[in-house]
Amino acid sequence: MLNRYPLWKNLLILFVVLFGTLYALPNLFGEDYAVQISGTRGGEVTVDTVTQVERTLDRAGIPIRGLTFENGQLLVRVESDEDQLNAREILVQELGSQYIVALNLAPATPDWLAAIGGEPLKLGLDLRGGVHFLMEVDMEEALTKIREQMVTTVQDRLRDERLRYQRVEASGNSIIVTMRNQEDFQSASAVLRNQYEGYDFRTDAGSRTITLAMTDQFLQETRSNAIDQNITILRNRVDELGVAEPLIQRQGADRIVVELPGVQDTARAKEILGATATLEFRFVDTDNDLQDAIAGRVPFGSRLFDQRGGGQVLLENRVILTGDHIVNASVGYDESNRPQVNISLDSAGGRMMTQATRGNIGKPMATVFIEFLATGETTDEGRIAFDRVEEVVSVATIQAVLGSNFRITGVGSVQDAQNLALLLRAGALIAPIQIVEERTVGPSLGAENVEAGMKAIIGAFILVLLFMGIYYRKFGLVANLALMTNLVMIIGVMSMIPGATLTMPGIAGIVLTVGMAVDANVIIFERIREELVEGRSPQQAIARGYENAFSTIADANITTLITALILFAVGTGSIKGFAVTLAIGIITSMFTAIAGTRAVINLTWGRNKRLQELSI
Amino acid sequence: MFFQITKVDENRPVDFMSINKWTTALSVILIVASLISLSVNKLNWGLDFTGGTLVEVGFTQPANLSELRTVLEDNDFGDAIVQNYGTPRDVLVRVPPRGEGDSDAIGNELLSMLQANIEDDIQIRRVEFVGPQVGEELAEAGGLALLVALICILIYVSFRFEWRLALSAVAGLGQDVIIILGLFSVTQMQVDLTILAALLAVIGYSLNDSIVVADRIRENFRKLRKEDPTSVINISLSQTLSRTLVTSLTTLVVLIVLMLFGGQMIFGFSVALAVGVVVGTYSSVFTRSTLVLAMGISREDLMPPEVEKEGEDHESYL
Repeated sequence: MLNRYPLWKNLLILFVVLFGTLYALPNLFGEDYAVQISGTRGGEVTVDTVTQVERTLDRAGIPIRGLTFENGQLLVRVESDEDQLNAREILVQELGSQYIVALNLAPATPDWLAAIGGEPLKLGLDLRGGVHFLMEVDMEEALTKIREQMVTTVQDRLRDERLRYQRVEASGNSIIVTMRNQEDFQSASAVLRNQYEGYDFRTDAGSRTITLAMTDQFLQETRSNAIDQNITILRNRVDELGVAEPLIQRQGADRIVVELPGVQDTARAKEILGATATLEFRFVDTDNDLQDAIAGRVPFGSRLFDQRGGGQVLLENRVILTGDHIVNASVGYDESNRPQVNISLDSAGGRMMTQATRGNIGKPMATVFIEFLATGETTDEGRIAFDRVEEVVSVATIQAVLGSNFRITGVGSVQDAQNLALLLRAGALIAPIQIVEERTVGPSLGAENVEAGMKAIIGAFILVLLFMGIYYRKFGLVANLALMTNLVMIIGVMSMIPGATLTMPGIAGIVLTVGMAVDANVIIFERIREELVEGRSPQQAIARGYENAFSTIADANITTLITALILFAVGTGSIKGFAVTLAIGIITSMFTAIAGTRAVINLTWGRNKRLQELSI
Repeated sequence: MFFQITKVDENRPVDFMSINKWTTALSVILIVASLISLSVNKLNWGLDFTGGTLVEVGFTQPANLSELRTVLEDNDFGDAIVQNYGTPRDVLVRVPPRGEGDSDAIGNELLSMLQANIEDDIQIRRVEFVGPQVGEELAEAGGLALLVALICILIYVSFRFEWRLALSAVAGLGQDVIIILGLFSVTQMQVDLTILAALLAVIGYSLNDSIVVADRIRENFRKLRKEDPTSVINISLSQTLSRTLVTSLTTLVVLIVLMLFGGQMIFGFSVALAVGVVVGTYSSVFTRSTLVLAMGISREDLMPPEVEKEGEDHESYL
């Protein structure tokens, strides 16, 4: 008998190996030092910016290795880390605060490889250095505020209708109203029925109670609003830090992950991430002329404010209300189905609003969003200096005396309304956040980890290759070939999968795979030896060896795959990295150790009819 | 061949089961000792599970730990644990979780304190803060992962083999996990998330071993109709012995390399795995076989058609 694979099988194996190798290639080219420039706060990277950057760097004598202008971002590659730091410093001065200049490492993948999607392995924070924050949004706080506000709203409403209640109280996620007598209970039921969006209405005549329970949908909306609000704030803040490739992501019901590669100074990062935004309502100064003020004659008692999206507005100095009185802001629709923003204030805020608007119907009122942005300098006490940046996000005319609940109409598109609601909530900080987990790895430790990992992989590899070569002779060499292919394939597959990052435990996973991948070949080769001892011909021994070993290998690997999947499901961060490499390693090693070695053995020995003995 | 580890003659197998009294005794001793140590010494839980703050800093000269401790004590960090990490210049400071308040600021506090009192240009290598809530969750998720892994494997193996083989395989895994944890308890090495990953990897590895053996036991029960169960198991173990040794040795060699060169952060991980490989090999050769025999396995239990004979349904393999 002979051992042959049909041509298509050989070609398929060759194709898979080449494919894996191709995608592993980008890892050979390393990375360039680069600075990344993007626009913020009205700034935009244009062709002009590109020329400006080129000229500036040319003047400073910093050679440019390459320029890429993509998705509104400009990536400038330079020769060394020293050039990188200098370039950043010069560009920050030149471009001003409307641009973010961040240090980055850009893969030096050749264009043809990049064109087919080839990119190097992404390193985890433990290998490249950086900060990982896990933040938790305080949902209870947000809900408490909303409940309290609802209690006062209901109380006000009943008082207006002159209905006497025993008490109005919040219990769990419900508002429970107990009326004095049956008559008032009936009237109150009529008044409160289906008045409030997001609440289920229930009455109990026996105990004269009316229950307004938050619907699940409302609760869910409140939760995701709180998360969105915080993610928006965090995005703005992270932009301030000038970090290339930050990750800000929701995790689970009420957590947010923030990963900042390359950031070392956690104290600074935390201070900037934690800086609060706030909100103010002010009257527009309609007694004086805006053009005069812009020309420099700002009237006493008023001040000029920048408007979001360009232009200026003249506002009175007097603040009607600040953001901490806002309980909720959401998008709704008016009678003719145009988007509007509904705002709820707490009771004190409602009273202030009523007072302020009573004599001012018809006057425009502006909403000012205030952020505290880091200037990059430190104060004398060593703390970070913050700039107060004020921006008018909306101007609307007061149509009636406003109370705890009012709305802003004519806000434009649904998108605009959503943005405004988001800003209002952000300024109100309805749901505060708290850091519950932090992991920082310094750049030197990251580099050491990479070095240690490489040493371990290479050392382990050489020892295993030596052993296999000696113990199984020529068949051992075939196994070694498979092992090397396996390593290349693992790297290729990991580079191909978006989102797969290499971590320190991941490297351990690769090393472990090197050790375990030989197992399949050991099982096969031992079987072949046994078959030979039983007196079978070499060709038969090869065929039977592979056949008999297959189910054993499959069973063994499937169970390991199960553990890898479980690790992936429950693990976080670097443990997930281990699970990914382990799973990929199991699959690629099955392929190389079974199909790969068989193909090579078939081609080398399988066609020899007079084969007398095997070098095994 | 100048070093062929084994070439076992089917007619003269190694009589593994003859020493099963001794190996059973050894298993019992190891498990009992581990359990005692686990209940007396407990485990040295790492930051991942307890919560708290950890700062790793690098000094330019070998650090004076007692001076460091004094500074920490003077600044209300008397409960901090200080130790060298890897080299004498690298120091790890660990502070248990504080109550309420913004505990995530402790890391920065520690750093500025060290900078002010010991050395100005210390290098920050690593800062970790885990909130107590998160720690609890991680511990819970970890325990759950171990349990789920064991149950999934039990289901898969009972489906593929026979319940006696499956149960003994999982019992062997239990023994592996207990002995490794016992060792960590005796040595008081820290148990963090990577150790959990190592435990799961050991489960995968050790199972690998026992499946190879179980596969052979099943095959031989069908093939060698005249042998009694004990000698079938002896023959199977002998036949798979060289594979078991070769694989364990290569994996062990690789893990030793990882221990020596892999750096501090995965040292515990490599130790747990290395111990796991040794214990896992032991349990798949002795413990599981002894259990299978004790549960009274017989030829009838393993005969087809319940399970197809492996190999028959595969004409060729890719």
